[in-house]
Amino acid sequence: MPWNRLVSQPQTRWTAATGPDSDVVLSSRVRLARNLEDFPFPHRMNERQARDLIRQVEAGIREVNLMGVCPPVELYRLDDTPYLDRQVLVEKHLISRELAQDARGRAVAISEDEAVSIMVNEEDHLRIQVLAPGLDLYSAWELGSKVDDALEAKLPYAFHKTRGYLTACPTNVGTGLRASVMVHLPALVMTNQAGRLFNTLGQFGLAIRGYFGEGTEPIGNIYQISNQITLGRSEEEILDHLQSVVQQVIGHERRAREHLARQMKAQLEDRVGRAYGILTGARILSSEEAMRLLSDVRLGVEMGILKGVEARTLNELMIACRPAFLQKLAGKELSPFERDLRRAALIRERLVA
Amino acid sequence: MLCQHCSQRPATVHIVKQVNNQREEYHLCETCAREQGHLGLEPAFTLPNFSLQQLLSSLLESDPFTGFGGGPAAPRAELRCSFCGLTFRQFKEGGFLGCSHCYEAFASELGPLLRRVQGSDKHVGKAPRRSGGVLRLRKELAQLRAELQEAVSREEYERAAQLRDRIRDLERRIQAGGDGNAVE
Ligand SMILES: [Zn+2]
Ligand SMILES: [Zn+2]
Repeated sequence: MPWNRLVSQPQTRWTAATGPDSDVVLSSRVRLARNLEDFPFPHRMNERQARDLIRQVEAGIREVNLMGVCPPVELYRLDDTPYLDRQVLVEKHLISRELAQDARGRAVAISEDEAVSIMVNEEDHLRIQVLAPGLDLYSAWELGSKVDDALEAKLPYAFHKTRGYLTACPTNVGTGLRASVMVHLPALVMTNQAGRLFNTLGQFGLAIRGYFGEGTEPIGNIYQISNQITLGRSEEEILDHLQSVVQQVIGHERRAREHLARQMKAQLEDRVGRAYGILTGARILSSEEAMRLLSDVRLGVEMGILKGVEARTLNELMIACRPAFLQKLAGKELSPFERDLRRAALIRERLVA
Repeated sequence: MLCQHCSQRPATVHIVKQVNNQREEYHLCETCAREQGHLGLEPAFTLPNFSLQQLLSSLLESDPFTGFGGGPAAPRAELRCSFCGLTFRQFKEGGFLGCSHCYEAFASELGPLLRRVQGSDKHVGKAPRRSGGVLRLRKELAQLRAELQEAVSREEYERAAQLRDRIRDLERRIQAGGDGNAVE
Protein backbone atom coordinates (compact mmCIF):
# COMPACT_ATOMS: atom_id res chain seq x y z
CA MET A 1 0.00 0.00 0.00
CA PRO A 2 1.36 3.47 -0.77
CA TRP A 3 2.64 5.14 2.37
CA ASN A 4 0.40 8.12 1.90
CA ARG A 5 -2.74 6.01 1.82
CA LEU A 6 -1.59 4.14 4.90
CA VAL A 7 -1.30 7.35 6.91
CA SER A 8 -4.41 9.09 5.63
CA GLN A 9 -7.21 6.58 6.07
CA PRO A 10 -8.66 5.90 9.51
CA GLN A 11 -9.86 2.40 8.63
CA THR A 12 -7.58 -0.35 9.76
CA ARG A 13 -7.96 -4.07 10.49
CA TRP A 14 -9.09 -3.74 14.10
CA THR A 15 -11.62 -0.98 13.46
CA ALA A 16 -13.86 -3.48 11.63
CA ALA A 17 -15.76 -4.02 14.92
CA THR A 18 -16.40 -7.66 14.09
CA GLY A 19 -15.12 -10.68 15.95
CA PRO A 20 -16.17 -12.42 19.16
CA ASP A 21 -17.41 -10.36 22.12
CA SER A 22 -17.18 -7.11 20.19
CA ASP A 23 -19.79 -5.57 22.49
CA VAL A 24 -16.98 -5.18 25.04
CA VAL A 25 -13.74 -6.00 23.23
CA LEU A 26 -12.37 -3.63 20.59
CA SER A 27 -9.31 -5.60 19.56
CA SER A 28 -6.83 -8.32 20.42
CA ARG A 29 -3.14 -8.01 19.87
CA VAL A 30 -0.25 -10.44 19.91
CA ARG A 31 3.30 -9.19 19.82
CA LEU A 32 6.43 -11.31 19.46
CA ALA A 33 9.85 -9.88 20.32
CA ARG A 34 12.68 -11.34 18.23
CA ASN A 35 16.34 -10.47 17.80
CA LEU A 36 19.10 -11.46 15.42
CA GLU A 37 22.37 -12.99 16.50
CA ASP A 38 25.52 -10.98 15.98
CA PHE A 39 23.97 -7.53 16.06
CA PRO A 40 23.90 -5.49 19.25
CA PHE A 41 20.37 -4.71 20.45
CA PRO A 42 18.92 -1.54 18.85
CA HIS A 43 19.76 0.84 21.71
CA ARG A 44 23.45 -0.04 21.19
CA MET A 45 23.45 0.08 17.39
CA ASN A 46 24.94 2.72 15.18
CA GLU A 47 23.05 3.81 12.08
CA ARG A 48 25.11 1.65 9.72
CA GLN A 49 24.37 -1.51 11.71
CA ALA A 50 20.71 -0.54 11.87
CA ARG A 51 20.55 -0.18 8.10
CA ASP A 52 22.41 -3.48 7.57
CA LEU A 53 19.86 -5.17 9.74
CA ILE A 54 16.94 -3.67 7.84
CA ARG A 55 18.44 -5.05 4.61
CA GLN A 56 18.50 -8.53 6.14
CA VAL A 57 14.94 -8.14 7.33
CA GLU A 58 13.91 -7.35 3.76
CA ALA A 59 14.91 -10.88 2.79
CA GLY A 60 12.73 -12.16 5.61
CA ILE A 61 9.79 -10.07 4.40
CA ARG A 62 10.21 -11.51 0.90
CA GLU A 63 9.91 -14.96 2.44
CA VAL A 64 6.74 -13.94 4.30
CA ASN A 65 5.28 -12.79 0.97
CA LEU A 66 6.50 -15.89 -0.86
CA MET A 67 4.83 -18.17 1.66
CA GLY A 68 1.68 -16.09 1.45
CA VAL A 69 0.86 -16.35 5.15
CA CYS A 70 -0.98 -13.03 5.01
CA PRO A 71 -1.86 -10.34 2.44
CA PRO A 72 1.29 -8.77 0.90
CA VAL A 73 3.60 -7.09 3.38
CA GLU A 74 5.46 -3.93 2.46
CA LEU A 75 8.48 -2.51 4.27
CA TYR A 76 8.71 1.23 4.89
CA ARG A 77 11.95 2.86 6.04
CA LEU A 78 11.04 5.49 8.57
CA ASP A 79 14.15 7.70 8.31
CA ASP A 80 12.66 10.29 6.02
CA THR A 81 9.03 10.03 6.97
CA PRO A 82 7.39 13.10 8.52
CA TYR A 83 6.95 13.00 12.28
CA LEU A 84 3.22 13.57 11.83
CA ASP A 85 2.83 10.51 9.59
CA ARG A 86 4.48 8.30 12.19
CA GLN A 87 2.17 9.68 14.84
CA VAL A 88 -0.79 8.68 12.67
CA LEU A 89 0.49 5.09 12.70
CA VAL A 90 0.66 5.31 16.50
CA GLU A 91 -2.93 6.55 16.55
CA LYS A 92 -3.91 3.54 14.40
CA HIS A 93 -2.05 1.29 16.88
CA LEU A 94 0.17 -0.02 14.09
CA ILE A 95 3.43 1.12 15.67
CA SER A 96 4.51 2.06 19.19
CA ARG A 97 5.09 5.57 20.45
CA GLU A 98 8.67 4.54 21.02
CA LEU A 99 9.24 3.67 17.37
CA ALA A 100 7.63 6.90 16.19
CA GLN A 101 9.82 9.10 18.37
CA ASP A 102 13.17 8.22 16.84
CA ALA A 103 13.00 7.18 13.18
CA ARG A 104 16.72 6.86 12.52
CA GLY A 105 17.61 3.41 11.22
CA ARG A 106 14.13 2.14 11.88
CA ALA A 107 11.47 0.60 9.68
CA VAL A 108 8.05 -0.96 9.79
CA ALA A 109 6.57 -3.63 7.56
CA ILE A 110 2.79 -3.66 7.27
CA SER A 111 0.47 -6.09 5.53
CA GLU A 112 -2.04 -4.84 2.98
CA ASP A 113 -4.95 -5.50 5.36
CA GLU A 114 -3.04 -3.86 8.26
CA ALA A 115 -3.45 -6.95 10.43
CA VAL A 116 0.31 -7.57 10.60
CA SER A 117 2.91 -4.95 11.41
CA ILE A 118 6.55 -5.71 12.02
CA MET A 119 8.52 -3.01 13.76
CA VAL A 120 12.23 -3.06 12.99
CA ASN A 121 14.82 -1.74 15.46
CA GLU A 122 12.40 -0.69 18.14
CA GLU A 123 13.43 -1.97 21.61
CA ASP A 124 14.18 -5.30 19.93
CA HIS A 125 15.29 -5.94 16.36
CA LEU A 126 11.86 -7.27 15.46
CA ARG A 127 8.49 -6.80 17.03
CA ILE A 128 5.97 -8.88 15.12
CA GLN A 129 2.49 -7.62 15.87
CA VAL A 130 -0.89 -8.97 14.83
CA LEU A 131 -4.07 -7.02 15.48
CA ALA A 132 -7.53 -8.54 15.23
CA PRO A 133 -10.97 -7.11 15.94
CA GLY A 134 -12.85 -8.54 18.93
CA LEU A 135 -11.57 -11.17 21.35
CA ASP A 136 -9.52 -13.28 18.98
CA LEU A 137 -6.18 -13.99 20.64
CA TYR A 138 -5.70 -17.46 19.22
CA SER A 139 -6.05 -16.56 15.57
CA ALA A 140 -3.80 -13.54 16.13
CA TRP A 141 -1.21 -15.84 17.69
CA GLU A 142 -1.55 -18.39 14.91
CA LEU A 143 -0.96 -15.75 12.25
CA GLY A 144 1.88 -14.13 14.22
CA SER A 145 3.55 -17.48 14.62
CA LYS A 146 3.36 -18.17 10.88
CA VAL A 147 4.91 -14.80 10.09
CA ASP A 148 7.56 -15.62 12.70
CA ASP A 149 8.28 -18.98 11.01
CA ALA A 150 8.68 -17.34 7.61
CA LEU A 151 11.04 -14.67 8.98
CA GLU A 152 13.03 -17.26 10.88
CA ALA A 153 13.66 -19.20 7.68
CA LYS A 154 15.78 -16.26 6.49
CA LEU A 155 17.00 -14.63 9.70
CA PRO A 156 19.34 -16.08 12.33
CA TYR A 157 17.30 -15.54 15.48
CA ALA A 158 19.00 -15.16 18.84
CA PHE A 159 17.64 -18.17 20.69
CA HIS A 160 19.03 -19.81 23.81
CA LYS A 161 18.16 -23.38 24.77
CA THR A 162 17.12 -22.52 28.33
CA ARG A 163 16.28 -18.80 28.08
CA GLY A 164 14.31 -18.96 24.84
CA TYR A 165 14.08 -15.97 22.51
CA LEU A 166 16.58 -13.40 23.76
CA THR A 167 15.41 -9.82 24.15
CA ALA A 168 16.91 -6.47 25.08
CA CYS A 169 14.95 -6.35 28.31
CA PRO A 170 14.80 -9.43 30.56
CA THR A 171 11.07 -8.80 31.09
CA ASN A 172 10.40 -10.04 27.53
CA VAL A 173 12.76 -13.02 27.34
CA GLY A 174 11.50 -16.56 26.75
CA THR A 175 8.48 -16.55 24.51
CA GLY A 176 8.86 -12.84 23.73
CA LEU A 177 5.07 -12.88 23.73
CA ARG A 178 2.99 -9.96 24.88
CA ALA A 179 -0.69 -10.52 24.27
CA SER A 180 -3.20 -7.80 25.00
CA VAL A 181 -6.88 -7.16 24.73
CA MET A 182 -8.45 -3.73 24.40
CA VAL A 183 -11.69 -3.56 26.36
CA HIS A 184 -14.39 -0.92 26.77
CA LEU A 185 -15.53 -0.91 30.41
CA PRO A 186 -17.86 2.06 30.93
CA ALA A 187 -20.36 0.25 33.16
CA LEU A 188 -17.66 -1.00 35.53
CA VAL A 189 -16.33 2.56 35.76
CA MET A 190 -19.80 4.05 36.31
CA THR A 191 -20.58 1.55 39.05
CA ASN A 192 -17.21 2.15 40.76
CA GLN A 193 -16.08 -1.44 40.33
CA ALA A 194 -13.18 -0.77 37.99
CA GLY A 195 -10.55 0.06 40.59
CA ARG A 196 -11.10 -3.14 42.54
CA LEU A 197 -11.08 -5.21 39.38
CA PHE A 198 -7.81 -3.68 38.20
CA ASN A 199 -6.16 -4.51 41.52
CA THR A 200 -7.24 -8.11 41.14
CA LEU A 201 -5.71 -8.31 37.67
CA GLY A 202 -2.29 -7.61 39.15
CA GLN A 203 -2.67 -10.64 41.39
CA PHE A 204 -3.30 -12.72 38.28
CA GLY A 205 0.00 -11.58 36.80
CA LEU A 206 -1.73 -9.33 34.28
CA ALA A 207 -1.18 -5.64 33.64
CA ILE A 208 -3.79 -3.04 32.88
CA ARG A 209 -2.82 -0.07 30.79
CA GLY A 210 -4.23 2.93 28.99
CA TYR A 211 -5.40 3.32 25.40
CA PHE A 212 -1.90 3.72 23.98
CA GLY A 213 -0.27 1.05 26.12
CA GLU A 214 2.44 1.26 28.70
CA GLY A 215 2.53 4.46 30.70
CA THR A 216 -0.53 6.02 29.09
CA GLU A 217 -3.83 7.14 30.55
CA PRO A 218 -7.12 5.43 29.84
CA ILE A 219 -9.12 7.31 27.22
CA GLY A 220 -12.88 6.90 26.90
CA ASN A 221 -13.09 3.99 29.38
CA ILE A 222 -10.85 1.89 27.17
CA TYR A 223 -8.20 -0.27 28.78
CA GLN A 224 -5.58 -2.77 27.64
CA ILE A 225 -5.17 -5.97 29.60
CA SER A 226 -1.97 -7.91 28.93
CA ASN A 227 0.24 -10.67 30.26
CA GLN A 228 3.39 -9.75 32.17
CA ILE A 229 5.27 -13.04 32.44
CA THR A 230 6.97 -14.20 29.25
CA LEU A 231 9.28 -16.93 30.60
CA GLY A 232 8.51 -20.37 31.98
CA ARG A 233 5.06 -20.64 30.41
CA SER A 234 4.22 -21.72 26.91
CA GLU A 235 2.47 -19.39 24.48
CA GLU A 236 -0.72 -21.44 24.82
CA GLU A 237 -0.63 -21.20 28.61
CA ILE A 238 -0.09 -17.45 28.45
CA LEU A 239 -2.98 -17.01 26.00
CA ASP A 240 -5.31 -19.38 27.91
CA HIS A 241 -4.69 -17.46 31.10
CA LEU A 242 -5.29 -14.05 29.54
CA GLN A 243 -8.32 -15.30 27.62
CA SER A 244 -9.99 -16.75 30.71
CA VAL A 245 -9.40 -13.65 32.82
CA VAL A 246 -10.61 -11.34 30.05
CA GLN A 247 -13.74 -13.46 29.70
CA GLN A 248 -14.43 -12.90 33.37
CA VAL A 249 -13.90 -9.17 32.94
CA ILE A 250 -16.34 -9.21 30.02
CA GLY A 251 -18.85 -11.03 32.23
CA HIS A 252 -18.51 -8.40 34.97
CA GLU A 253 -18.95 -5.57 32.48
CA ARG A 254 -22.05 -7.18 30.97
CA ARG A 255 -23.58 -7.72 34.39
CA ALA A 256 -22.89 -4.10 35.31
CA ARG A 257 -24.58 -3.01 32.07
CA GLU A 258 -27.61 -5.18 32.83
CA HIS A 259 -27.75 -3.70 36.29
CA LEU A 260 -27.69 -0.18 34.85
CA ALA A 261 -30.34 -1.07 32.27
CA ARG A 262 -32.59 -2.42 35.04
CA GLN A 263 -32.00 0.08 37.81
CA MET A 264 -31.16 3.28 35.97
CA LYS A 265 -32.74 2.93 32.57
CA ALA A 266 -33.77 6.57 32.22
CA GLN A 267 -30.43 7.95 33.41
CA LEU A 268 -28.56 5.64 31.05
CA GLU A 269 -30.66 6.58 28.03
CA ASP A 270 -30.32 10.22 28.98
CA ARG A 271 -26.56 9.94 29.16
CA VAL A 272 -26.29 8.24 25.78
CA GLY A 273 -28.72 10.67 24.18
CA ARG A 274 -26.92 13.71 25.57
CA ALA A 275 -23.57 12.43 24.33
CA TYR A 276 -25.02 11.89 20.87
CA GLY A 277 -26.60 15.34 21.01
CA ILE A 278 -23.37 17.09 21.89
CA LEU A 279 -21.32 15.15 19.37
CA THR A 280 -23.73 15.98 16.57
CA GLY A 281 -24.31 19.57 17.66
CA ALA A 282 -21.03 20.85 19.06
CA ARG A 283 -18.80 23.17 17.05
CA ILE A 284 -15.74 22.94 19.33
CA LEU A 285 -14.63 19.61 20.78
CA SER A 286 -11.46 18.86 22.71
CA SER A 287 -9.86 15.45 22.26
CA GLU A 288 -10.66 14.52 25.84
CA GLU A 289 -14.33 15.50 25.60
CA ALA A 290 -14.74 13.77 22.25
CA MET A 291 -13.33 10.49 23.51
CA ARG A 292 -15.47 10.63 26.64
CA LEU A 293 -18.66 11.25 24.66
CA LEU A 294 -17.74 8.66 22.04
CA SER A 295 -17.50 6.16 24.90
CA ASP A 296 -21.06 7.01 25.99
CA VAL A 297 -22.34 6.68 22.44
CA ARG A 298 -20.45 3.41 22.07
CA LEU A 299 -22.12 2.09 25.18
CA GLY A 300 -25.48 3.09 23.70
CA VAL A 301 -24.67 1.20 20.49
CA GLU A 302 -23.32 -1.85 22.33
CA MET A 303 -26.45 -2.02 24.51
CA GLY A 304 -28.85 -1.43 21.66
CA ILE A 305 -30.07 1.88 23.12
CA LEU A 306 -28.87 3.89 20.14
CA LYS A 307 -29.74 2.67 16.65
CA GLY A 308 -28.32 3.79 13.35
CA VAL A 309 -24.71 4.28 14.47
CA GLU A 310 -22.20 1.59 13.64
CA ALA A 311 -19.45 0.53 16.00
CA ARG A 312 -16.94 0.64 13.15
CA THR A 313 -17.75 4.32 12.59
CA LEU A 314 -16.97 4.97 16.26
CA ASN A 315 -13.69 3.08 15.98
CA GLU A 316 -12.65 5.05 12.92
CA LEU A 317 -13.62 8.30 14.64
CA MET A 318 -11.40 7.41 17.58
CA ILE A 319 -8.50 7.41 15.13
CA ALA A 320 -9.69 10.25 12.92
CA CYS A 321 -10.17 12.76 15.74
CA ARG A 322 -6.68 12.32 17.24
CA PRO A 323 -4.33 15.30 16.81
CA ALA A 324 -1.94 13.85 14.22
CA PHE A 325 -4.68 12.43 12.05
CA LEU A 326 -6.61 15.73 12.02
CA GLN A 327 -3.48 17.56 10.92
CA LYS A 328 -2.74 14.94 8.28
CA LEU A 329 -6.27 15.32 6.98
CA ALA A 330 -5.91 19.10 6.91
CA GLY A 331 -2.54 18.83 5.19
CA LYS A 332 -1.01 21.33 7.60
CA GLU A 333 -0.15 21.99 11.21
CA LEU A 334 -3.12 23.07 13.32
CA SER A 335 -3.30 24.94 16.59
CA PRO A 336 -5.19 23.17 19.38
CA PHE A 337 -8.17 25.46 18.78
CA GLU A 338 -8.20 24.74 15.04
CA ARG A 339 -8.08 21.04 15.87
CA ASP A 340 -11.07 21.37 18.20
CA LEU A 341 -13.05 23.03 15.39
CA ARG A 342 -12.12 20.39 12.83
CA ARG A 343 -12.70 17.56 15.28
CA ALA A 344 -16.24 18.75 15.93
CA ALA A 345 -16.93 19.15 12.21
CA LEU A 346 -15.58 15.69 11.39
CA ILE A 347 -17.55 13.92 14.10
CA ARG A 348 -20.75 15.77 13.20
CA GLU A 349 -20.36 14.86 9.56
CA ARG A 350 -19.68 11.16 10.23
CA LEU A 351 -22.38 10.69 12.87
CA VAL A 352 -25.15 12.50 11.05
CA ALA A 353 -24.44 10.74 7.74
CA MET B 1 19.72 3.86 18.64
CA LEU B 2 22.78 5.63 19.90
CA CYS B 3 22.85 9.31 20.74
CA GLN B 4 23.17 11.62 17.72
CA HIS B 5 25.71 13.79 19.46
CA CYS B 6 28.19 11.46 21.17
CA SER B 7 27.35 8.11 19.51
CA GLN B 8 28.25 6.49 22.84
CA ARG B 9 25.13 6.17 24.92
CA PRO B 10 21.58 5.19 23.92
CA ALA B 11 19.37 8.06 22.80
CA THR B 12 16.63 8.34 25.40
CA VAL B 13 15.64 11.98 24.98
CA HIS B 14 13.65 12.82 21.87
CA ILE B 15 13.02 16.42 20.97
CA VAL B 16 10.88 17.78 18.19
CA LYS B 17 11.35 21.47 17.43
CA GLN B 18 9.60 23.86 15.12
CA VAL B 19 12.23 26.15 13.58
CA ASN B 20 11.12 28.54 10.78
CA ASN B 21 8.28 26.23 9.81
CA GLN B 22 10.75 23.36 9.61
CA ARG B 23 10.33 20.50 12.01
CA GLU B 24 13.60 19.33 13.47
CA GLU B 25 14.15 16.20 15.50
CA TYR B 26 16.94 15.54 17.97
CA HIS B 27 17.73 12.22 19.59
CA LEU B 28 20.19 12.50 22.44
CA CYS B 29 21.36 10.67 25.50
CA GLU B 30 20.51 12.30 28.81
CA THR B 31 24.04 13.56 29.34
CA CYS B 32 24.22 15.33 25.97
CA ALA B 33 20.68 16.62 26.31
CA ARG B 34 21.58 18.15 29.66
CA GLU B 35 24.82 19.64 28.32
CA GLN B 36 22.97 21.21 25.43
CA GLY B 37 20.34 22.59 27.74
CA HIS B 38 17.52 20.53 26.34
CA LEU B 39 16.42 18.91 29.54
CA GLY B 40 13.86 20.87 31.45
CA LEU B 41 12.93 23.03 28.46
CA GLU B 42 11.22 20.46 26.32
CA PRO B 43 9.18 17.52 27.50
CA ALA B 44 11.53 14.57 27.65
CA PHE B 45 10.05 11.22 26.74
CA THR B 46 11.61 8.59 28.89
CA LEU B 47 10.86 4.90 28.94
CA PRO B 48 7.97 4.26 31.26
CA ASN B 49 8.46 2.02 34.26
CA PHE B 50 5.62 -0.33 34.95
CA SER B 51 5.11 -3.33 37.18
CA LEU B 52 7.60 -5.97 36.01
CA GLN B 53 9.78 -3.19 34.67
CA GLN B 54 9.54 -1.54 38.05
CA LEU B 55 10.39 -4.74 39.85
CA LEU B 56 13.35 -5.25 37.54
CA SER B 57 14.76 -1.79 38.12
CA SER B 58 14.26 -1.99 41.85
CA LEU B 59 16.15 -5.30 41.86
CA LEU B 60 18.88 -3.82 39.72
CA GLU B 61 19.20 -0.82 42.00
CA SER B 62 19.64 -2.93 45.09
CA ASP B 63 23.05 -3.29 46.66
CA PRO B 64 25.20 -5.55 44.47
CA PHE B 65 26.40 -7.51 47.51
CA THR B 66 23.11 -8.04 49.25
CA GLY B 67 20.76 -7.89 46.29
CA PHE B 68 19.81 -10.62 43.86
CA GLY B 69 22.28 -13.37 43.22
CA GLY B 70 23.39 -13.53 46.84
CA GLY B 71 26.56 -15.46 47.48
CA PRO B 72 29.94 -14.05 48.37
CA ALA B 73 30.89 -10.53 47.44
CA ALA B 74 32.20 -11.01 43.93
CA PRO B 75 33.45 -8.25 41.66
CA ARG B 76 30.20 -8.39 39.69
CA ALA B 77 30.52 -4.94 38.21
CA GLU B 78 33.58 -6.20 36.33
CA LEU B 79 31.58 -8.70 34.29
CA ARG B 80 31.72 -7.68 30.64
CA CYS B 81 30.20 -9.10 27.47
CA SER B 82 33.02 -9.83 25.05
CA PHE B 83 30.76 -9.38 22.03
CA CYS B 84 29.21 -5.96 22.63
CA GLY B 85 31.38 -4.64 25.46
CA LEU B 86 28.50 -3.95 27.84
CA THR B 87 29.47 -4.29 31.48
CA PHE B 88 27.19 -5.73 34.09
CA ARG B 89 27.23 -2.37 35.82
CA GLN B 90 25.93 -0.70 32.66
CA PHE B 91 23.14 -3.26 32.50
CA LYS B 92 22.26 -2.49 36.10
CA GLU B 93 22.12 1.20 35.31
CA GLY B 94 20.12 1.00 32.10
CA GLY B 95 18.03 -2.15 32.55
CA PHE B 96 18.78 -3.30 29.01
CA LEU B 97 21.22 -5.94 27.82
CA GLY B 98 23.56 -4.97 25.00
CA CYS B 99 23.25 -8.02 22.76
CA SER B 100 22.11 -11.63 22.80
CA HIS B 101 25.57 -12.78 23.96
CA CYS B 102 25.14 -10.81 27.18
CA TYR B 103 22.81 -13.61 28.33
CA GLU B 104 25.81 -15.98 28.44
CA ALA B 105 28.25 -13.40 29.73
CA PHE B 106 26.00 -12.51 32.67
CA ALA B 107 24.42 -15.96 33.05
CA SER B 108 25.36 -16.35 36.72
CA GLU B 109 23.63 -13.08 37.59
CA LEU B 110 20.69 -13.33 35.23
CA GLY B 111 19.45 -16.70 36.49
CA PRO B 112 18.47 -15.46 39.95
CA LEU B 113 17.24 -12.17 38.49
CA LEU B 114 14.92 -13.95 36.05
CA ARG B 115 13.59 -16.19 38.80
CA ARG B 116 12.69 -13.10 40.82
CA VAL B 117 11.19 -11.10 37.96
CA GLN B 118 9.62 -13.82 35.80
CA GLY B 119 9.17 -16.55 38.38
CA SER B 120 11.23 -18.90 36.22
CA ASP B 121 14.53 -19.04 34.41
CA LYS B 122 13.64 -21.72 31.88
CA HIS B 123 11.86 -21.26 28.60
CA VAL B 124 8.98 -23.48 27.64
CA GLY B 125 7.19 -22.91 24.40
CA LYS B 126 8.01 -22.26 20.80
CA ALA B 127 11.53 -22.80 19.50
CA PRO B 128 12.90 -21.87 16.10
CA ARG B 129 12.53 -24.74 13.66
CA ARG B 130 16.10 -24.45 12.48
CA SER B 131 17.92 -24.49 15.80
CA GLY B 132 15.32 -26.45 17.64
CA GLY B 133 15.20 -29.93 16.10
CA VAL B 134 15.89 -31.69 19.36
CA LEU B 135 14.01 -29.09 21.40
CA ARG B 136 10.89 -29.62 19.37
CA LEU B 137 11.22 -33.39 19.65
CA ARG B 138 11.62 -33.12 23.41
CA LYS B 139 8.47 -31.10 23.67
CA GLU B 140 6.55 -33.54 21.55
CA LEU B 141 7.90 -36.34 23.72
CA ALA B 142 6.69 -34.68 26.90
CA GLN B 143 3.26 -34.28 25.38
CA LEU B 144 3.09 -37.89 24.22
CA ARG B 145 4.08 -39.10 27.68
CA ALA B 146 1.26 -37.10 29.21
CA GLU B 147 -1.15 -38.55 26.68
CA LEU B 148 0.12 -42.03 27.44
CA GLN B 149 -0.55 -41.57 31.13
CA GLU B 150 -4.04 -40.41 30.39
CA ALA B 151 -4.68 -43.33 28.04
CA VAL B 152 -3.49 -45.80 30.68
CA SER B 153 -5.62 -44.20 33.38
CA ARG B 154 -8.64 -44.50 31.09
CA GLU B 155 -7.71 -48.09 30.31
CA GLU B 156 -7.46 -47.33 26.57
CA TYR B 157 -4.80 -49.96 26.02
CA GLU B 158 -4.81 -49.98 22.25
CA ARG B 159 -4.17 -46.25 22.14
CA ALA B 160 -1.53 -46.58 24.86
CA ALA B 161 0.35 -49.15 22.77
CA GLN B 162 0.34 -46.83 19.78
CA LEU B 163 1.60 -43.97 21.93
CA ARG B 164 4.37 -46.17 23.33
CA ASP B 165 5.60 -46.91 19.82
CA ARG B 166 5.66 -43.25 18.93
CA ILE B 167 7.51 -42.42 22.14
CA ARG B 168 10.18 -45.03 21.41
CA ASP B 169 10.58 -43.67 17.92
CA LEU B 170 10.97 -40.13 19.24
CA GLU B 171 13.51 -41.23 21.86
CA ARG B 172 15.57 -42.85 19.12
CA ARG B 173 15.49 -39.67 17.08
CA ILE B 174 16.51 -37.53 20.03
CA GLN B 175 19.42 -39.92 20.69
CA ALA B 176 20.45 -39.46 17.08
CA GLY B 177 20.64 -35.72 17.60
CA GLY B 178 17.28 -34.83 16.18
CA ASP B 179 16.45 -33.60 12.78
CA GLY B 180 14.69 -30.35 12.09
CA ASN B 181 12.65 -31.68 9.19
CA ALA B 182 11.29 -34.67 11.03
CA VAL B 183 8.65 -32.72 12.90
CA GLU B 184 6.36 -30.18 11.45
ZN1 LIG C 1 25.22 11.62 23.89
ZN1 LIG D 1 26.59 -8.27 24.81
